[in-house]
Amino acid sequence: MYTGKIRQILLITDGCSNQGDDPIVMAALAKEQGITVNVIGVMEQDTIDEKGIAEIDGIAMSGGGVSQIVYAQQLSQTVQMVTRKAMNQTIQGVVNRELQQILGRSQTMEDLPPEKRGEVMEVVDELGETVELEVLILVDTSASMKHKLPTVKEALLDLSLSLNARTGDNQFSVYVFPGKKKDVEKLLDWTPKLQTLTSVFSQLSTGGITPTGPALRTALSSFEEKQSLRSLLSRDDESYFEESM
Amino acid sequence: MMMNHTLKSQCRVSPGTVITGKWHSKEYTIIKELGFGANGVVYLAKHKNTQVALKMSDNGMSVTSEVNVLKSLAKVQGPPTLGPSLLDVDDWQSNRGRISFYVMEYIQGPDFLSFLQQKGKSWTSVLFLQLLNDLDKLHENGWVFGDLKPENLIVTGPPPKVRCIDVGGTTIQGRAIKEFTEFYDRGYWGLGSRKAERTYDLFAVAMIMINTAYPKRLTKTSGGISQLKEAIRQKPELVVWEKVILKALQGQYGSAKQMRAELLDLMVDKKAADPLIKPNSARQPAQKQPPRKDSNANQPVTRQHYRKKKKKSGWMEFWLIALVLGLLYAWYTFNKLL
Repeated sequence: MYTGKIRQILLITDGCSNQGDDPIVMAALAKEQGITVNVIGVMEQDTIDEKGIAEIDGIAMSGGGVSQIVYAQQLSQTVQMVTRKAMNQTIQGVVNRELQQILGRSQTMEDLPPEKRGEVMEVVDELGETVELEVLILVDTSASMKHKLPTVKEALLDLSLSLNARTGDNQFSVYVFPGKKKDVEKLLDWTPKLQTLTSVFSQLSTGGITPTGPALRTALSSFEEKQSLRSLLSRDDESYFEESM
Repeated sequence: MMMNHTLKSQCRVSPGTVITGKWHSKEYTIIKELGFGANGVVYLAKHKNTQVALKMSDNGMSVTSEVNVLKSLAKVQGPPTLGPSLLDVDDWQSNRGRISFYVMEYIQGPDFLSFLQQKGKSWTSVLFLQLLNDLDKLHENGWVFGDLKPENLIVTGPPPKVRCIDVGGTTIQGRAIKEFTEFYDRGYWGLGSRKAERTYDLFAVAMIMINTAYPKRLTKTSGGISQLKEAIRQKPELVVWEKVILKALQGQYGSAKQMRAELLDLMVDKKAADPLIKPNSARQPAQKQPPRKDSNANQPVTRQHYRKKKKKSGWMEFWLIALVLGLLYAWYTFNKLL
């Protein structure tokens, strides 16, 4: 069947960016490269920052992904739900394009009679179970996120638990921003297991700046490095899912 | 793309709305809302004077996916047991856009925990035996229920019968669980993976057992088996089931049937043992201890204990009657002498 893989960036933040590139533009750039950007906004009780929400929705929209605002306690369930939903969206996009090629223009899964849809859905389910998934997690560690970091860590472990139950392979990588010296800092290189995330994570917290845009830019180049490394190892025959939304 | 917001506004329809299917042109009149979850809203509706449950979602994929599950359950089920039977699948062109829906049998009754509250805890074990029986059938056919929780269990009747109403989490064995609720999820408690295996459902059954004694659910502190063990020990009604619950929590049952058999044994033994223990209540704690101590021991040993107990108390009875008769005879002769 498909040999492609799904690539996602998962951004976990609690507010507006205030330095460097426009994150919405960076998300659009990611989408152009076939990388979906999902955003989870972690909110304090009752304080919902309109501007922050607008940016969060904007990033996900231009990144072709899913966004969700949650309270910290619901983070675990949300992280796995958002990742899974975005993955299904991408797969559905691919399947729809195949359908269009077979059935002619403007035909999507939804245009089929309900009876036929079931069979297509089985293909979507099967792909969701077996497709290779790469998730780069970008965590905002600015001062206001400090006390939420233990919850974020728990949610990430939970995410790897959910995804590793699939038959398909997973690769995770974790970046935090702002970093100690640079805007963005790599915490965990590509690995199938998030459990290796050290206990240092919960104590990470630095200055007040939130360079979301530059962080996204670094994330993109991380995917690229990975790809070129792969081609060096002569595994360049892999096709990537392209984003359709 | 805020999932929850679009979902709520798109699928909210008021009572009296007539839903007409685009493909099969059947008409349904909405009566009231029955409930809503992550994937859509369920309404009670009327079609040609029969009451049906209608589930709507703006996410066509989840509708199709659930319909697939219901269809394959119908193939193997015979008389419907676990899930509701499927009646219709269609799209509705509302003025807010196209909404996918499916129609199923309306399963009427209180949910699992409300039923126990109304009818008393004596029904608890019967309901669990029924549930395990149905789960076994589902497992035998290659599925795992997934999102098993009291809210998804309805008790119909009379006679009372457990039915499951939401198959959104039902997954083919060996795949990753599609949908779950943290409290009933073994991954959340650090006691296993989220792979769709029989043991996944049986863990959830054990958590529902715990849930019957803790209606507000427990909050996870340390997690793991130690916290759950402690919680069981604090409730006498759970201590009775301790052996079965602990085995299910640790994934030690190969099938629902096996868990059901051991649960049944516990109950039958308890019922038979109760009247024997009662007459000499002073000795009750001492007698109860052995079975609790070796809670891991298998069922024949417990049976032996039970027989020994029976023998012992048989002798007790004999001596008691002999004593009473002796006293009566003594009193009789004493009277005669006077």
